[in-house]
Amino acid sequence: MSVKTLSRRDFINLGWGALGAFAVSELTFAGLRFFSPRSSEGEFGGDFNLGSYQQYPSGSVTPVENGRFYLVHLVDGGFLAIYRRCTHLGCVVPFDHASEEFICPCHGSAFTIEGDVLNPPAPRPLDLFNLSINEAGEIIVDTSSTIERNSPSKDHIVYPEGKS
Amino acid sequence: MSDKQSQPVENSHFVKRIFHSIQRDSLTPSGDRERMKMVMNSLILHIHPSKVSKSSIKFTYTFGLGGLLLLLGSILAVTGIMLIFVYTPSPDAAYKSMIILRTEIPYGNLIRNLHHWSGNLMVVVAVLHLLRVFYTAGFTRPREFNWAMGIALLLLVIGANFTGYLLPWDQLAYWAVTVGTNLLDYIPLIGEPITRLLLGGPEVSAATLTNFYGLHIALIPLAIFAIASFHIWRVRKDKITTPRQINGEEHTEKVTTIPHLVSMEFVFALAWLAILITWSAFINAPLEEAANPSHSPNPAKAAWYFMGFQELLLHFHPVFGAIIIPGLGLLALLILPYLDQDMDTAGIWFRSVRGKQIVSISFLVGMAGTFIFVLLNEYWLDLPGWLPFLPSIISNGWVPLAGILLLLIGYFELLRRLGNSICEARQALFTLLFSSFFTFTIIGIFFRGEGMALVFPWS
Repeated sequence: MSVKTLSRRDFINLGWGALGAFAVSELTFAGLRFFSPRSSEGEFGGDFNLGSYQQYPSGSVTPVENGRFYLVHLVDGGFLAIYRRCTHLGCVVPFDHASEEFICPCHGSAFTIEGDVLNPPAPRPLDLFNLSINEAGEIIVDTSSTIERNSPSKDHIVYPEGKS
Repeated sequence: MSDKQSQPVENSHFVKRIFHSIQRDSLTPSGDRERMKMVMNSLILHIHPSKVSKSSIKFTYTFGLGGLLLLLGSILAVTGIMLIFVYTPSPDAAYKSMIILRTEIPYGNLIRNLHHWSGNLMVVVAVLHLLRVFYTAGFTRPREFNWAMGIALLLLVIGANFTGYLLPWDQLAYWAVTVGTNLLDYIPLIGEPITRLLLGGPEVSAATLTNFYGLHIALIPLAIFAIASFHIWRVRKDKITTPRQINGEEHTEKVTTIPHLVSMEFVFALAWLAILITWSAFINAPLEEAANPSHSPNPAKAAWYFMGFQELLLHFHPVFGAIIIPGLGLLALLILPYLDQDMDTAGIWFRSVRGKQIVSISFLVGMAGTFIFVLLNEYWLDLPGWLPFLPSIISNGWVPLAGILLLLIGYFELLRRLGNSICEARQALFTLLFSSFFTFTIIGIFFRGEGMALVFPWS
């Protein structure tokens, strides 16, 4: 192996080059931090207390405007909090009472009352928010983060105690 | 002070001196030598050489498209700066500014219309300019990189249009931008952070409006100004290609830029200014009701220049419709000039007489093929349904992409077998793809109704 000699001039130039690269990376980092989103998850308002589960008739879909979700009471007694944002390109998905489906106006995706995809282009079921029913029988929906599902599953359906 | 100098002479000397310090040459040059000197010494005119080839300034060679882009850019800068003074970029005030602009401010509507229509026209003209350069092989060595800069400028023009689209803060703006930014979400790994950075949060909000305003009035215009200057400088350095007949000789006759080119440009600019002002006086830029984040209109369409992509999304998995297919297209566009080397065709329309025929045929094939594909996909083809055991990214992504690539390779090979040069076959393929994208855009604009169902505009 031949020994490469580095002249003093090359060494100093290399040093300046490295410092320049370091300055650029510093400024890039500061710039990215400067422009990073000022608002974050949970801005919809954290937890929503929707009162006693008994006031929601079976098979009903109740929009909760401030929380940007639908409270769905399934016919089998289970509850779901479905985020209203289409998983395709982010339009607001209204519930069509005639067909009992969520139908996206933008690109025609259709979802069942549980949020599963009936009709593409949506690539995955509608997202959910974490829903729980406390001891007093009140429904609490936590809107701080969404639950993404890649395939239909019943795991997230919440049943009031004694009714599952 | 000497008695010889009388007062009036002194005065006129002084004025002359001031004038000469600003404008060094006489504004009425006499003789070619002075005209050439005027071009050399002028900051603005210096984008031209002092003499140009007589054949390259023929209108039907360039159609003045680059110059028209420059004119539109100038109109947009002037009207844009005017609009800054009457517009407030906040969700509460933005829409109100639009109403005031339309109803109270003298000529407010005209200025807004002029800005809107010039911006939209710029996208069309930029694409036409790209086509003109491609079909006359204006990107051959040493101009390859200038083509890349042109592509960058086209993307920036679309970016400027898209960021401007949000500013009126009406339903059209809100949902087109929601749909448009969600497309980016599908880029693997970096998509979500980029979307959040752009939106300033998880969805279109006040932060998005601030971001888009900054991009629209400062960052994108500056970038366009910088790159366009470089682009024009390179055109000047590399010299514009001269049109040639396929078997004819190259004309080498040169004429002075003043008056031959400059007067043509002036008349052309004046005519377009008249067209734009007339158009803007009679046709209003669209404005719907104020943005309502809890109600998506039906159908919620993207801006018209994104209709082709929106149409792709209806047929392919989003990763393919939004990212892979457009990405491949962009990559192909960028490397095109580096491939075009088997024929010396710069300045010849459509490479050859034969090339011209194949271009027309390919355009029709692309149109018909795309229409048939859309109809088939609507009424019969259902890959995800036929291949239920595969995830949709394979059944509605890789499988149709492979099919389309095979068809394209087959078309290319067929043309080669029929005795066309690689250069002509590649041109045909480009035409086919462009016409396909063009058709997708037309279908998206005119053939999509409620729920994005296929409708016929005449029914």
